[in-house]
Amino acid sequence: MSRPEVIAPAVIAIGCSLGGLNALKTVLGGLHPDLAQAVVVCCHTAGSVDVLCRLLDSHSSLEVIEAGERHAVAGGMVHVAPGGYHLLVENDRHFALSVDEPVCFSRPSIDVMFDSVAEVYLSASIGVILTGASRDGAEGLARIRACGGIAVVQTPASAEAPAMPQAALETAGADHCLPLEEIPALLNRLCMRSP
Amino acid sequence: MVKVTPPVDLALEQLELDLFLQALRRRHEYDFSEYAPASLIRRVRQLVRDHRCASISELTARLLHEDGFEVRVVRGLSVPVSEMFRDPEVFRALRERVLPMLASYPRINVWQAGCAHGQEVYSLAIMLEEAGLYERSHIFATDFNADALERAKDGIYPARDAQLWSRNYLHAGGTQTLANYYSARYDFIRMHERLRRNITFANHNLVVDKVFCEAHLVLCRNVLIYFSNPLQNRTLGLFRDSLVRGGYLCLGLRETLDFAEVSTDFSAVDAKLRLYRRASPTHADAA
Repeated sequence: MSRPEVIAPAVIAIGCSLGGLNALKTVLGGLHPDLAQAVVVCCHTAGSVDVLCRLLDSHSSLEVIEAGERHAVAGGMVHVAPGGYHLLVENDRHFALSVDEPVCFSRPSIDVMFDSVAEVYLSASIGVILTGASRDGAEGLARIRACGGIAVVQTPASAEAPAMPQAALETAGADHCLPLEEIPALLNRLCMRSP
Repeated sequence: MVKVTPPVDLALEQLELDLFLQALRRRHEYDFSEYAPASLIRRVRQLVRDHRCASISELTARLLHEDGFEVRVVRGLSVPVSEMFRDPEVFRALRERVLPMLASYPRINVWQAGCAHGQEVYSLAIMLEEAGLYERSHIFATDFNADALERAKDGIYPARDAQLWSRNYLHAGGTQTLANYYSARYDFIRMHERLRRNITFANHNLVVDKVFCEAHLVLCRNVLIYFSNPLQNRTLGLFRDSLVRGGYLCLGLRETLDFAEVSTDFSAVDAKLRLYRRASPTHADAA
């Protein structure tokens, strides 16, 4: 599929819930250490993400931290949505949080994060839906595509919980649908290709 | 079926949002222009859906011409979400580390800014009561949303929330049981009238209103996350000027002072719990 103009991606947004920890280990563990893009992650968690960040940090060559309110969406780092808050990105590419009602029974919600990423980064965004047991993220991924971004979905068959990737495929479709193990290499290729 | 999404025209939506906010400000004197845009646009879109409007412009038209519509708009834009003793470790710190310090004052004023439906106001009242300080305390509970204030005054909540709140209360170091402070009826609980005896509920808008009391403790949790940097800074200045020297400020657990110029006027009591004290004297102390 050809795109009218090729804009280098600036951000990779990843959403997951049930089974997300293992999937994130694989994806973040396979990302290139020189990746210039910012990675933002929404994994359904009500409580603290301290342990999650530490665990993922030890599996990735990129630094993994909790996304901080008003902090810049820094490239070459992984920012994880704090438990109990929606994570959004403002136009000036800084993080914002909200305690608005849960979306798809979740706060943080993938839809909320993907919507704002789509509207700020437009075609410079990549949305990734991994394993999960709800349909959160499906609308958000559609928003990313509608704004010109790239949609990547883990094949439901390769997912610990297939519902989330399935819902994403049905609602948004995907530019790339592939098994978990192949996703990091694809992301590296999409991000590291020379213009 | 893959959804066919209409082409996204963000620039047009931004224009409609600007006009909507202008109408709200000029016609009804509610100024949301310094609210953080990413959450604000979500709430406005939700309003468009809730009121079955075709666009933000249609919402604007109703705002201009329909009597009382602004009340519903403001209700939709403020979305008050809270719980009693939310983040119990914070309330435990208030109980164990702040209240003993406040005990040295003959009168204790507490200001809760953005009290929403009042869950945290009653939490404070209960803590002060159990610390034996409530007789000489006064809580000012303010919000800009008149509708939410009425709900806060009523102190009526769904019974299904009581279980979580009771757990929170105990984790926060409660010495009794939360059920001692409310009566349950059908699917609702109602906070005891006597908890209200030293609470004043008042309309106050952090965007435009000024200092109105001398406070020993200001609680404002998960309100500033919705404010732009300049409005956050203005509001923190208001808290600083309201607090006595050494007075306490308690913010939401994920709120950061890192980008506020006035942050140097506060020193951390417990940075992780977002508990601060007013640090140095300022010009406001001249008198």
